[in-house]
Amino acid sequence: MGRYLVRRTLFMVLVLFIISIFTFLIFMKLPPGDPARRLAGKVTNEQILAQIRENLGLDQPLWEQYGRFAKGLIPVPGLWLDENVYYSWSNRQAVSDEIRQRFPITATLTIGSAILWLLMGIPLGIISAVKRRSVADRAGMIFALIGVSAPTFWLGLIFLYVFFYILGWAPATGLDIGDSLSQSILSGEFILPWITLAITSAAFYTRIVRGNMLEVLSEDYIRTARAKGLSEGRVTYRHALRASLTPVVTMLGLDVAGLLGGAVITEQVFSLPGLGKYAIDSLNGLDFPPVMGVTIVAALFIVVANLLVDIAYAALDPRVRFT
Amino acid sequence: MPEPLLDVKDLRVHFPTDDGLVKAVDGVSFSIAPGETLGIVGESGSGKSVSCLTVMGLVTRKQADIQGDVIFQGQDLLQLPADEMRGIRGAKISMIFQDPMTSLHPFYRVGDQIAEAIREHRDVSKREAFNQAVEMLDRVRIAKPKERARQYPHEFSGGMRQRAMIAMALSLNPDLLIADEPTTALDVTVQAQILDLIDTLRQEFNAAVIIITHDLGVVAEHCDEIQVMYAGKIVETGKTDDIYYSPHHPYTWGLLGSIPRLGQELDRLNPIHGLPPSLINVPSGCAFRPRCRYSFDRCISDVPELIPTDGFHADACHLSLQDKERVVREEVLAPR
Repeated sequence: MGRYLVRRTLFMVLVLFIISIFTFLIFMKLPPGDPARRLAGKVTNEQILAQIRENLGLDQPLWEQYGRFAKGLIPVPGLWLDENVYYSWSNRQAVSDEIRQRFPITATLTIGSAILWLLMGIPLGIISAVKRRSVADRAGMIFALIGVSAPTFWLGLIFLYVFFYILGWAPATGLDIGDSLSQSILSGEFILPWITLAITSAAFYTRIVRGNMLEVLSEDYIRTARAKGLSEGRVTYRHALRASLTPVVTMLGLDVAGLLGGAVITEQVFSLPGLGKYAIDSLNGLDFPPVMGVTIVAALFIVVANLLVDIAYAALDPRVRFT
Repeated sequence: MPEPLLDVKDLRVHFPTDDGLVKAVDGVSFSIAPGETLGIVGESGSGKSVSCLTVMGLVTRKQADIQGDVIFQGQDLLQLPADEMRGIRGAKISMIFQDPMTSLHPFYRVGDQIAEAIREHRDVSKREAFNQAVEMLDRVRIAKPKERARQYPHEFSGGMRQRAMIAMALSLNPDLLIADEPTTALDVTVQAQILDLIDTLRQEFNAAVIIITHDLGVVAEHCDEIQVMYAGKIVETGKTDDIYYSPHHPYTWGLLGSIPRLGQELDRLNPIHGLPPSLINVPSGCAFRPRCRYSFDRCISDVPELIPTDGFHADACHLSLQDKERVVREEVLAPR
């Protein structure tokens, strides 16, 4: 187990290193235009541009430029997202401050909707599988089809139109940075974003749980369980469900991790100033340091979640061993 | 003859499918006395497993159209409500399956799985049930049963898993054990051990046993009676000696002919030609006719009935008894 963790951690570092190189190359070298020129504004001259280039380190060789940013990715206090390197080129805000303020919003959105989609997806999937071909199964599958097909941005706008604009049931959304999170939650500002984000995943989870459940229910060990004289409920919940839910754990870990790095579309539709919105705004402004910061934080969530999922898997399925 | 433990009368199990009605079991009658061993032999799809799964209540009226009677200890199991049937299943009638690799739940410890069966039917504590499970593992000759009970199925070999399945099936001291191809998925060396174990335990637990197999060789030493099934019907039934030394049905001849024998020089095995019939469009008359070398006109028009020739021995074939005995003498027994 110890050796396994060491090896996985080294691998994670390698992955993050590669991601940082690609992010750097893609955003520093590929976009047309000169960052210094964008920063300088309309009225400028060569002198000012040279000064800006010097300030941002753009006059240095490529590998030194990368080195400055890479140093800020080492997770040690003082180095991690160093404010002298990681600040917004458009408004000089430190990236670490922005992430600290925005992450709770993204986390609230993600965790709330993850709970919702599990509460919808798992029971619907079980009912659909156990009562296969019944009305409930058909209804569940129609929900799944619609949910999977509906794009999040469209669903979000429809919900806003219906529940805010026409019915007035849900409050207008849109937080400001620094708003009290608990108050926003209590006033219901997260309800529509939660539901919107949850529906697509719930639909997907319904299908996965149903599919796994149907597969497991036809396994020989389920027949054995029935042959023992167990009740149908015990067969379903103790024998079939546990085996069907293991793959769901994998999906859940990666989905939640992916969203923690920024639920881009939902945050955009509902004007929630989370990490996703930060990344989009910075991208639009070709503002490199925040992009690098958010990308690495998001990638970190994914690789850590990957490891956690693998550990959870071994705990759930005794056949899985760390090697 | 003693009161039969299980008496199946004219059982029909028909599955409606998109392609038509599958007559998996079509008018099967048999009975088994307490402590007796019955072998049911036939190819895949002959209805042997389905008839036993129906006896267990594992094929339900939701899935299939079931007709006939299944009288067990004086009760018609087909008329029992589901929860009463559950009380019998696993406790009085239990079953082990073909593939021990997939028949145990991979996520639970072997001992816990046996204990679960015990606790479902007896009011005992978890610890007590687990101790009984350990004892059962010991009785099926698993070494270090205490440690083994705490292991997961993937830590067991195939033969040990089948032993564990047997331990689970016998843990409630059932009156009837149904073994559905118990050795098919196992190594040849392990097969004999498992069959001997079933034999010994049958005597220890005084249970009746039904062994389902496609291999006549398997049941020879272990069964008192054998019935041969083909396309959902019983085509021949008799004491084991009847089936081996004076078989009367061409299908039984085919099965016997396809067993390789020691000391016999053979370039190739003698298979039965053709394929088992579709159970949706069963051939008219005798279902075995298209594959039968001895068929004649009557086999196309009349369905042969299962008619006793002497005492317990019965077969469903239109050939005359003289013809059958001649073929057995000249073609079936002579090459042995």
